[in-house]
Amino acid sequence: MSGISSSIRPERGIATGALARLGQVAVLPVGVALRLLDPPMRWMQRIIGARRMAYVFLFPNFVFFGLFVFLPIGINVVFSVTGGTALFPSQRPYVGGDQFAYLFDCGSYLDPSSCREDHFWRGVANTAKFVVFQVMAMVLFSLITALVLNMKIRGRGFFRAVYFFPVLLSPVVVALIWKWILQRDGLLNAAITTLGGQKILFFVDPGWAMFWAVFVSVWAHMGFYTLILLAGLQAIPADLYEAAEMDATPRWRILLRITLPLLWPNMIVVIVLALIKGAQTFDEVFVLTGGGPGTATLMVVQYIYETAFSSQVQNFGLAAAASVVLGVVLFALTLLQFAAARRKEV
Amino acid sequence: MRAATPVITSFALSLLAATAFGGPVAAETTTLRMTWYSDGNEGEVMADLLKRFHEQNKDIEIVLDQVPFKAINETLPVQLASGQAPDMARVVDMGGLSRFALDMRPFLKDPGYWETNFGPFLEWMRPAGDTKAIPGFMTQLTVTGPFVNKTLFEQAGVAMPGEKSTWEDWAKAAKQVADKVQAPFPLALDRSGHRYYALAVSQGTQVFGANGEPDVVDEGFKRAAQLVYDWHKSGVMSKELWGSVSGTAYRGANDEFKNAQVVMYLSGSWQISQFAKTIGNAFDWVAVPNPCGPGGCSSMPGGAGLVAFKTTRHPKEVARVMEYLASEPVLAEFYSRSLFVPGHLGLAKRGVDYPTASPEAAAALKVFTASAAQISPIAYRIQGYSNSRIVLNAVISRLGQAVSGETTLEDAYKRITADVAQQIAERNKK
Repeated sequence: MSGISSSIRPERGIATGALARLGQVAVLPVGVALRLLDPPMRWMQRIIGARRMAYVFLFPNFVFFGLFVFLPIGINVVFSVTGGTALFPSQRPYVGGDQFAYLFDCGSYLDPSSCREDHFWRGVANTAKFVVFQVMAMVLFSLITALVLNMKIRGRGFFRAVYFFPVLLSPVVVALIWKWILQRDGLLNAAITTLGGQKILFFVDPGWAMFWAVFVSVWAHMGFYTLILLAGLQAIPADLYEAAEMDATPRWRILLRITLPLLWPNMIVVIVLALIKGAQTFDEVFVLTGGGPGTATLMVVQYIYETAFSSQVQNFGLAAAASVVLGVVLFALTLLQFAAARRKEV
Repeated sequence: MRAATPVITSFALSLLAATAFGGPVAAETTTLRMTWYSDGNEGEVMADLLKRFHEQNKDIEIVLDQVPFKAINETLPVQLASGQAPDMARVVDMGGLSRFALDMRPFLKDPGYWETNFGPFLEWMRPAGDTKAIPGFMTQLTVTGPFVNKTLFEQAGVAMPGEKSTWEDWAKAAKQVADKVQAPFPLALDRSGHRYYALAVSQGTQVFGANGEPDVVDEGFKRAAQLVYDWHKSGVMSKELWGSVSGTAYRGANDEFKNAQVVMYLSGSWQISQFAKTIGNAFDWVAVPNPCGPGGCSSMPGGAGLVAFKTTRHPKEVARVMEYLASEPVLAEFYSRSLFVPGHLGLAKRGVDYPTASPEAAAALKVFTASAAQISPIAYRIQGYSNSRIVLNAVISRLGQAVSGETTLEDAYKRITADVAQQIAERNKK
């Protein structure tokens, strides 16, 4: 044993020493650059004062944020108040709120077929339905999985990795895998017919199509939410459980009185994040069902994409107006998330 | 210094030589971009022809960007609108993109050749009101028509309906065959407005009102829509094509046909090459003349054109490439190797040899060429109408909803009329 360690130690030493020297060489230019920057920074601080220096450091971030977030939002808003098919805003006629008026022209918002732009409202209704079922299923299954993975079971690390693995896959890959499983001659129908059943055309029936859209989404993203809940579970002080055990408290009572109340802040985060992700759903459902049958799984984002790019008259104005509406909803949900996060911190 | 002198001299001389000989040639090479989609092997054939062109014209290099069909319909229009388009592209929506097309007349050696051989098709590529521009040429003329799995008919012991049979005759026969051999798709129509109009024209739709504007939902249209609706109800058509996706999404049944799951498949001449290649001798298939209805037996014409765009910075070079590709011998080779119905009147008249075609493919080409001669004027008018895609897409989107059970046919008719009016109004906003 000592022979092995003695033969390894010098090599490690050499490697570590070489790495350290390499690191020193690598950071040398950074050091030089910082020294060069020091005098002008000091000069600037003298001019504008120490308090305002924060803005100087934030400025590059503001530029990137403005360029890649606020500018596109602004362009989107400009598009939403213009019409026609021209691409450049300068060539598009100003139409004021016409696009919004067209979107919201409905006999009853609860009946998409009474709306002039019925596809938008079918998308809204489908997205709402999808979000409700998906969030409920997501929270429930993530919670159960997190509770199981928090137990001292054999192969716990392996199972944690397995449940997280689908999160790493591209949504298109996920949807294609499930499409192959669910299509007429797919794996699932092969199993059903082997067991003597009849083939089910999952993508022709609206109920099945929505079910699988929700299922696949939960399967793909559950690992992420499980991880958040698992972190929450591990943060619960162990002495609370020990005290409960000493009192011979039943397990269900421990779950209801200790685990769930202490996990609630994490649950709120999971619910709000899942809500936001659900409202933005596009790629998985688009590849899996194409929005069909009919418009049974057409989501708002797919509607926006098709209106802007896939329909013959590329109606950027109407798509931008729908984006603004979706943006407002997502903004409200994000405020909810901030409020939840703040509550968690308190 | 003495040792360095020869080195410096030789370096200077080689720099001079490179500038004198290599430099100007390299500097004068013009690179053009061509965006291309393929149904069969035509991309390979085009790459081959472009390579040959470059060997003969070292000053022009063409980069062939092979893209999916979806990119031609969705990405290319945005590229064109933003001024970032390729120099040339193979497009289907020739009318819709006509405002971006380059009129090549000033750069062509013999515009008369183009007028003579592509005349009727040039109208499809011109902006409304323009009667003279020459923006490109047809890489293929397509004709819609049905393919039939002959082996399934033989296995079922059902006789194939003959020439001039109606859609109803074919639907009945296909259903009988499918029931006997357990085929899941008795009759399949691509989920495409263009294919739907092959049926609608034969049912007598006129598409345009007396004022020349679209009046889509007429009696002929309703007859065709009712047939499609009823066929889905009775199981003649499976909902997996028209009912399984939403909006204007295209859904073909070519894979299902290749897997012998479809008895009769309404698609078109562009499928011949891939069917010949992939089906091989797995089963016997034939192309049959378009079924008939009260409006006749017309197919829908269509096709793809190679069009030059006015955003190009090298119009002269683009015209040279186009002249080479549209020349009779080169185009004859292209049609022949791609198994395409010619979109060149001279070649169509003389006939194109298809030495690489299998017996099935050769027979199918003969059927489609014969169908091309019987296309009705209304079918040509729909194809040439610059807003045709608006009509075709509205039809497919709304009938798809009716077929899936989401709306009634009556609702679909109202929505089609409203969608067409709204989209044309949006396009006309300046």
